[in-house]
Amino acid sequence: MIRNIPQTKTYSRGFRLYVILYFVFLFAPLVVTCILAFNDSMFPSLPWKGFTLEWFTGNTMEMTGIFNDQINLDSIWVSFKVAFFVSLLSTFVGTMGAFLFEQENFPFKQLLFFLMLAPLVIPGVILGISILLFSNTLGLFFETHFGLDVGLFRPGFWLVVLGQFSFITTIVTLIVSARLKKFDHTLEEAALSLGATRFETIVHITLKFLRPAILGAMAVAFLMSFENFNTTLFLVGSQATLPINLYLQVRDGSTPVINAISVLMIGGTSLLALVNLYFSKQER
Amino acid sequence: MESGIGHIISQRKGDPMKPGIRWGLVIFITPVLVWLTVLILLPQVDMFIMSIRAKNELGEMVFSIGNFKLFFLEPIYWRTFARTAIFSILVTFLTFLITMPIAFYITKVVSPKFQGFLSVLILMPFWVSELVRVYGWMILLRESGVINHFLIKFGLLNKPIEMLYNDATMIMGLVYTSMLFMLVPLLSALESLDNSFIEAAYDLGGSVWSIATRIVIPHCLPGIVSGSIVVFMLTLGNYLTPNLMGGKNGLWFTEQIYNQFIASFNWNQGSAFGFLLLILSSGIIWMGLKLTKQTLGKVVQ
Repeated sequence: MIRNIPQTKTYSRGFRLYVILYFVFLFAPLVVTCILAFNDSMFPSLPWKGFTLEWFTGNTMEMTGIFNDQINLDSIWVSFKVAFFVSLLSTFVGTMGAFLFEQENFPFKQLLFFLMLAPLVIPGVILGISILLFSNTLGLFFETHFGLDVGLFRPGFWLVVLGQFSFITTIVTLIVSARLKKFDHTLEEAALSLGATRFETIVHITLKFLRPAILGAMAVAFLMSFENFNTTLFLVGSQATLPINLYLQVRDGSTPVINAISVLMIGGTSLLALVNLYFSKQER
Repeated sequence: MESGIGHIISQRKGDPMKPGIRWGLVIFITPVLVWLTVLILLPQVDMFIMSIRAKNELGEMVFSIGNFKLFFLEPIYWRTFARTAIFSILVTFLTFLITMPIAFYITKVVSPKFQGFLSVLILMPFWVSELVRVYGWMILLRESGVINHFLIKFGLLNKPIEMLYNDATMIMGLVYTSMLFMLVPLLSALESLDNSFIEAAYDLGGSVWSIATRIVIPHCLPGIVSGSIVVFMLTLGNYLTPNLMGGKNGLWFTEQIYNQFIASFNWNQGSAFGFLLLILSSGIIWMGLKLTKQTLGKVVQ
């Protein structure tokens, strides 16, 4: 059963075997993807034909490596820009939300709290299409009533940002709220009774306490945005984000360039995950 | 919450923020209200309005329940809907069965030395994009894939078989994609379970089965429910995995929605489908909460 209870050999061996199999299951697709990025072959499959870096740096007609593949590079850049704005915007609003639900009291607070949780139970696809519909309705409204053609209301960069922001902010609010719950209110009270204004108190005391959670939430928001597919699918215009672009390539057959991009993504996200882990360790 | 700051501020005389309007509240609530109204509430209302409108014979948009009627009249639509719902429940259950022993092993069995390392290791793959993970499975399982290569090399197969594009593979892919969202709440629920309860049960002669069903699972129920809600919702709304790993005849309901929007350009029909999916997702989650006597507010904590 647990550590300090003696068990039969078969039981503990069986359990360990299960855990090992689970880890194999967990890592097999990622490890294989990474290995095949370095195979000197036109297809992402075995047999092994020798080690190559051509799928990263190659610049020939047959083997265009990722660093010379303009379409994929463009989509990586678009994803970075989207993730940058989404993480900034959602961290700002999400922190406001955490303060609102943890420190303020107002009528219909419970109702607003449930509305804030709603993006957790609305499938991402539905968020995408409903925002697409609503922006289209707004676009029509502005066109017929004011003769204005507002670019924001058409599928494109900013609509993707807003669509991802709409549910990532909920996650940020929950992460920051969890930290704010542990905050010792006597610290704020001390600052206030020593003559600080509420604004000064928040900047110097509360936000300082929340910093690891806010930075951690920002990293999570960045990752979620960078990898989002479901909501983005309906809002994307001519500038495809990386997941959308990869999806189109995987669907229509693939070359090891996708493996090379995967290697970069696995490396990048692991790095960001470690940064996030570092901040959440700091929290304790 | 009540003990908070508002109380203190109102006691201070001559506070510039006190009179009339509570500026703190106004500053905090404005962005939140704008976000929730413009990006959540109004789009959902708009989707509902779109779903109850259709073109009449003259090509004008009028009120109609035709979009919903079509859903029930065309077997392909409601069958896909039912299939998606049943498979999502199955995936949620399988995810729980697979991850529960792992969560238990990490929190209770393995020596504390490896605990931190293992829990980081187990969450690591989920930071990687879902697309990369699905792509990894495609490379492994397809006809020219890695698994077929080894099966033939070792003489277990004569010619490669296609392991992609069937329901079993799709379910495996969906389970793989959503394991994280079950593991995290399970790990934190098990961490809060005092070992002495298990020891006591063991000393009193409880079997593994009775300890699991009468001590461990009841204690973890809030975690199980919150994990199940997220897994169910994400599976139901998944487009990528069923599309890339599922069979060509076995559609997922999100694919029907996508087809209505992007291929047929029938936004009214698509809205009706979207609205039905929303009802299904919130309906089953609500039922799950009622059955286990939990509330959404408690579950997300």
